[in-house]
Amino acid sequence: MSRVYEDRMSPRQDEFFEALIAAHDGLSESESHALNARIILLLANVVQDIDQIKEVLKVARSYSAS
Amino acid sequence: MAYTYRPYPHSPIGKLQTKKQHHPVVIVGAGPVGLALAIDLASRNIVSLVLDENNVVSVGSRAICWAKRTLEIFDRLGVGERMLAKGITWKIGRQFHGDQELFSFDLLPETGHKYPAFINLQQYYVEQYLIERTRDFPELIEIRFKHEVINHIDHGDHVGVSVSTPEGRYSLNADWYIACDGAGSTSRERMGLGFTGKPFEEKFLIADIEMETSPFGSEAIAERWFWFDPTFHAGKSALFHMQPDNIYRIDLQLDATVTAQAEKVQDFALSRIRAIVGEAQFRLDWSSIYRFRCARLDNFVHGRVVFAGDSAHIVSPFGARGGNGGIQDADNLGWKLAAVINGQASSRLIETYHDERSAAADENIQASSRTTNFMTPKSAIESLFRSETLKLAVDQPFARTLLNSGRLSVPFVMRNSSLQTLRDAGKMLGSAAVDLPLAGDGTADKGWLIEQLQGLFVLVGFGAVELPQVAGVRRIGINQNGGDVSFCAEDQVVRQRYGINIAYLFRPDGHICAAFESPTVAAVTAARDYALTKHR
Repeated sequence: MSRVYEDRMSPRQDEFFEALIAAHDGLSESESHALNARIILLLANVVQDIDQIKEVLKVARSYSAS
Repeated sequence: MAYTYRPYPHSPIGKLQTKKQHHPVVIVGAGPVGLALAIDLASRNIVSLVLDENNVVSVGSRAICWAKRTLEIFDRLGVGERMLAKGITWKIGRQFHGDQELFSFDLLPETGHKYPAFINLQQYYVEQYLIERTRDFPELIEIRFKHEVINHIDHGDHVGVSVSTPEGRYSLNADWYIACDGAGSTSRERMGLGFTGKPFEEKFLIADIEMETSPFGSEAIAERWFWFDPTFHAGKSALFHMQPDNIYRIDLQLDATVTAQAEKVQDFALSRIRAIVGEAQFRLDWSSIYRFRCARLDNFVHGRVVFAGDSAHIVSPFGARGGNGGIQDADNLGWKLAAVINGQASSRLIETYHDERSAAADENIQASSRTTNFMTPKSAIESLFRSETLKLAVDQPFARTLLNSGRLSVPFVMRNSSLQTLRDAGKMLGSAAVDLPLAGDGTADKGWLIEQLQGLFVLVGFGAVELPQVAGVRRIGINQNGGDVSFCAEDQVVRQRYGINIAYLFRPDGHICAAFESPTVAAVTAARDYALTKHR
């Protein structure tokens, strides 16, 4: 089961994507992987609500093939 | 049906060599921007001379997407309705990933506007209609075809211009030299002006095909179709658009390493087109390979030389911000040039053209750079983020908004313009006029608000607000009896688009430069003068 979230990025979504990609600028693939992990940990702390985070984890996983 | 190019006769050199002429305005380049500017100036009774090195309209469809704001400007110039009648109206965009449709979007979900979000119309028609419109001003506009500017020098009080024609050379003087000579502007090159910006590696194939049967189905509803990673063109992107005369535009992203060998390109194009249209019969009308670049001049105004359109700024085509941005340049420059030539303002007003339109160019460049980056990921991680966004976009609305296949041209809002009177105009300050359906009330026929904002300073009062009489300012009352002319409009729509019991001062280009709850003669006069830079 996947939950559909309300869009909360518009109208600054392109600014977000640009900043996200810029954050990875010049990193190797493994360094980018590590950066992603740090970003997730930091964002989780910002979101704070563990139940909400657990739901996001499930929703994200539901798009994986296996 | 293929467009029939009819070369315009070149203008004979006559006595131009023996008697040096002086012109208030010389416009270099008879493309959409130069022609729109000439007509705008003529509507203000300003004489201009248009010089073009060529004698046919645009070869190939080139700019095809004309935005609502451009059509509203064309309306003022007297060609909007003709463009609309010929163009293909569309507002639905459809996004695909592989073979799967992800979602569709509506660019103008509300009714009550004279012009749609977009029409598609080949640049050659736009130029033809504009040229035909210039013929309505034989005393004000002269176009000389096959007259190539080979030199120009700004002497401070005038610009000396050297022109080459098939019959020989001549020179003339101009008070103002407006360079509308395109992305490869020779005016810009002669002046050695830097055109800095960012080139993108990828190449794109652009092709027009003619086809009797619509790929959009028997209903033939025109839409914009965009594919990320289509099965017929793996790993790349593709765009499909309908134009008049059964012509369809196809844009295909190519590898950076593709070499532009004409034959191979044609074969390649044909194979991909075949994959899109299936068994349907088609004819290749025009194709071109390009690599795009985002760049702009540091300054659009250099003394008596002013740059407008592609000569001043270029963007990638996804977003339709090139041609539409250029027409807005002409719209911004026309009234200012006229005010300076008529002695109503100092040349400081021309400098505000740079301020306002370079800010618009920056916005267009930012939007189109972001699109280009999204469409052409540069690293593995960028590709990963994009492909996961595509996966989420199947049902997550926020991921759909992240998919960037072009942020389509919207009118520039001049929030920080120095011509704004700083009053509380809320969200409207600096914005272009928003259209409104009008019903007549006995003093006027029904119509549209944008038709009423015809190239003058206009004070429009919505609801209970008194409109003082100020010389040179036209007054329009909406849902009230004041003003030089008054109209009724649906209250709810008025409230939603403008608010109620408020008056706005529109500049001659239809942008709002001041708002008043209770306008006085002094306040309106001051705002008008401020917009003409009179006090600076």
